[in-house]
Amino acid sequence: MEQKILEAKGICKSFHDPITIPVLKDINFSINRGDFVSITGKSGCGKSTLLYILSTMDTDYEGDLIIDGITMRDKKEGELAKVRNEKIGFVFQFHYLLNEFSVLRNVMLPGLKSGKYKDKEVEERAYQKLKILGIENEALKKPNQLSGGQKQRVAIARALINDPIIIMGDEPTGNLDKKNSEVVYDIFKELAEVYHQSLLIVTHDNEFAARTHRIIEMEDGRII
Amino acid sequence: MKLNLLASVSKSLLLARWKQTLVAAVGVTFSITMFITLLGFMAGLNSMLDNLILNRTPHIRLFNEIEPSANQPISQAIEYKNHYNFISSIKPKNERFEIYNNAAILNALKKDDRVVGIAPKIVAQVFYNVGAIDLTGVINGIDVDEENRLFKFSDYVTGGQYIDLKNIPNSIILGKGAAEKMMANIGDVIQVTTIKGERIPLKVVGYFQSGLQELDKVQSYASISTTQKLLGESNSYITDLQVRLKDINLAPSIAIEYRQLFDVEAEDIQTANSQFETGSSIRTLISYAVGITLLIVAGFGIYNILNMMIYEKMDSIAILKATGFSGSDVNKIFIAIALSIGIFGGLLGLLFGFGLSALIDQVPFNTASLPTIRTYPIDYNPKFYIIGGIFSIVTTYLAGYFPSRKASKIDPVIIIRGK
Repeated sequence: MEQKILEAKGICKSFHDPITIPVLKDINFSINRGDFVSITGKSGCGKSTLLYILSTMDTDYEGDLIIDGITMRDKKEGELAKVRNEKIGFVFQFHYLLNEFSVLRNVMLPGLKSGKYKDKEVEERAYQKLKILGIENEALKKPNQLSGGQKQRVAIARALINDPIIIMGDEPTGNLDKKNSEVVYDIFKELAEVYHQSLLIVTHDNEFAARTHRIIEMEDGRII
Repeated sequence: MKLNLLASVSKSLLLARWKQTLVAAVGVTFSITMFITLLGFMAGLNSMLDNLILNRTPHIRLFNEIEPSANQPISQAIEYKNHYNFISSIKPKNERFEIYNNAAILNALKKDDRVVGIAPKIVAQVFYNVGAIDLTGVINGIDVDEENRLFKFSDYVTGGQYIDLKNIPNSIILGKGAAEKMMANIGDVIQVTTIKGERIPLKVVGYFQSGLQELDKVQSYASISTTQKLLGESNSYITDLQVRLKDINLAPSIAIEYRQLFDVEAEDIQTANSQFETGSSIRTLISYAVGITLLIVAGFGIYNILNMMIYEKMDSIAILKATGFSGSDVNKIFIAIALSIGIFGGLLGLLFGFGLSALIDQVPFNTASLPTIRTYPIDYNPKFYIIGGIFSIVTTYLAGYFPSRKASKIDPVIIIRGK
C-alpha cells in the first residue's frame, strides 16, 4: 500500500502582479495510495494555490510535480488535460455542473471524454457511482432541480467516474450547511476506507480536517 | 475527441441559447437566399441579353471580302523594285460577292469534327416597293432547316410558319418593322426590286422579330433558291457560310485556320461582338460583390453571438477543462457550433434561394423586343449553389475561429478561484 501516487518536490510560486510576492516556498510532501489527507491553514496561506498546482491546471511554478511516477514538468497542455481526465477527480466549493445536461450525463462527461469504455458501459458505471452516493433516483433530472447537497454529491460522482488515483477537493463543504457537510464527510470517509480511494482536501474547517487521516498545515506559503 | 461527444456538447450549448442561435442562422439563411437569387437573376438576364446576339450570330462567318489587291502591279515591276511606291485611290477590281468553290469548302467543313453545323446564306440588297416609294432592305437567303437547327430561326418568327419559307415557292418572311411600314399581312404579295433593277413579287408567309428593332426594319428572309432566282444567279451562288462550333472559345483560332485554308475572309464571334463579354462580366462581378457582402455581415452576427456564448458559458468551459478537455477540444466544440449554424443556415438559404428564384421565374415579363421571353429569366446554374454553400461554411468558420480560440485559452484556475 505504501506506493507514492503524488509527490511535490521543492514547489515554489510567486505572483508577479503588481509586485513579486512569493506565495509558495519550497513545498515538499508526498501522498500514498489510500491516504485521506487534508490541507488546512488560514485564508491566504496558499493552500488553494498549491492545490491548483498539484491538479496540473496551474503550470506557472518552479520545482517538480510527480503524479503516478511521471513528472508533470514538461508535459504539454493536451497531455496534462489527459492526466486530469484519467488520474484526478475534482470536487470544488461550487458544484460546477452543466445545467444543459442531465445529472447522469454530467457524471458521464469525463468518462465519455476518456474513451476508455463504450458509451453504454460509461452509463452503467455512472449509475454505479450515483448509487454509491445514494442519488441514483435523481439521475435523469437537470442539476438545477437538485438541492445544494445533492449537487455536491453529483459532483463527487463525476470525480469518481474514471476511477482516478486521487480525488482533490477545494473547500468541498465550504458552501454547504452542517448536515450536508456531514453527509459529504461520510462519503469521503467511506471512499477512503471501503474503496481505498486517495483524497486530498483543502479546507479551512478544522473540525473536518481533524477527522481525516493526515493533516498538512500551512502558513505563509510553507508547510508547518 | 470522439465525434458524438463533441456533437452532443456542441448541441447542448447551441440549444441553451437557441433564440440567438436562430437569429444567427436566419442571418446566414437570408444572405445565402439573396446571394442565390441575385446571381440567378443576374445570370439569367445576362444570358438572355447575350443570346439575343449570340444565338443569331455564327461562331465563324466565312465570306468574300471585296477589297483591293494587296499585291499591286507597280510592286511587281522590276524597275521600281528598290523604290517606295505610294499609290492613292486604289479600287478593287470587278469581283463577285460569292464564295468561290463553296461546295468544296462546305464538304470540308462538314468533315471537321469541331463543327456542329454550317448554314449557307446569301445576302441580297433589295428595295421593298411601297407604292411609289422604295425602302432599302436586305433579304437573307437561308437554308431553312439548317438555319433553324443552328440559330433557332423559328424562335424569332412571330407570325406564320417558318417552314412555309421552304414549302411555298417565292415566299418571304418579313422583318416586323418592314412589314408594318409596308402594311403587309400574311398571305399578301409584295414587290421587291433588286439592285440590278428587276422587280419580283414575293408572298409574305410570316413575320420575323429579332429583338433589335433597327434590324427588323431592314431584314427579311427567303429561301436560298428564291434568293438565287431573285439575283439571277446560278444555284451554286452562296455569299456567306455560317459555322457553329462545339466550343465557342476556339472560334478565333479556327477562324485563322480557315482563312488560310480556304483563302476567304473568316470572322469569329469574339471579334465581332466583343462588347457583350465586357457587359456580362461586370454585371456578374457586381452581383458577386453584393452577395459576398451580405455573407460577411452575417458572419459578424455569428461572431457576436459566439462571443456572448463564451462569456456566458465561462464556467462550463472551465469545468470541461478541469475534467480533462484540452484547449483544442474546447476549440473544436465552438468551431462545431459556428459550423453547424453555417451549414444549417446555408442549406436553408440554398433552398429558399431556389424557391425565390422559381417564384421570380413565374413573374410575367413581356417586352415587344423580346418575342421569346414570357417571364423573368433565371439561371439555375449549380455553380451558384456550390459557391453559396462553400461561402456560408467559410464565413461561419472564420466568424467562429477567433471566439473559439479565445474559449480554448480560458484558464480554468482563474474562473474557478474567482468565485
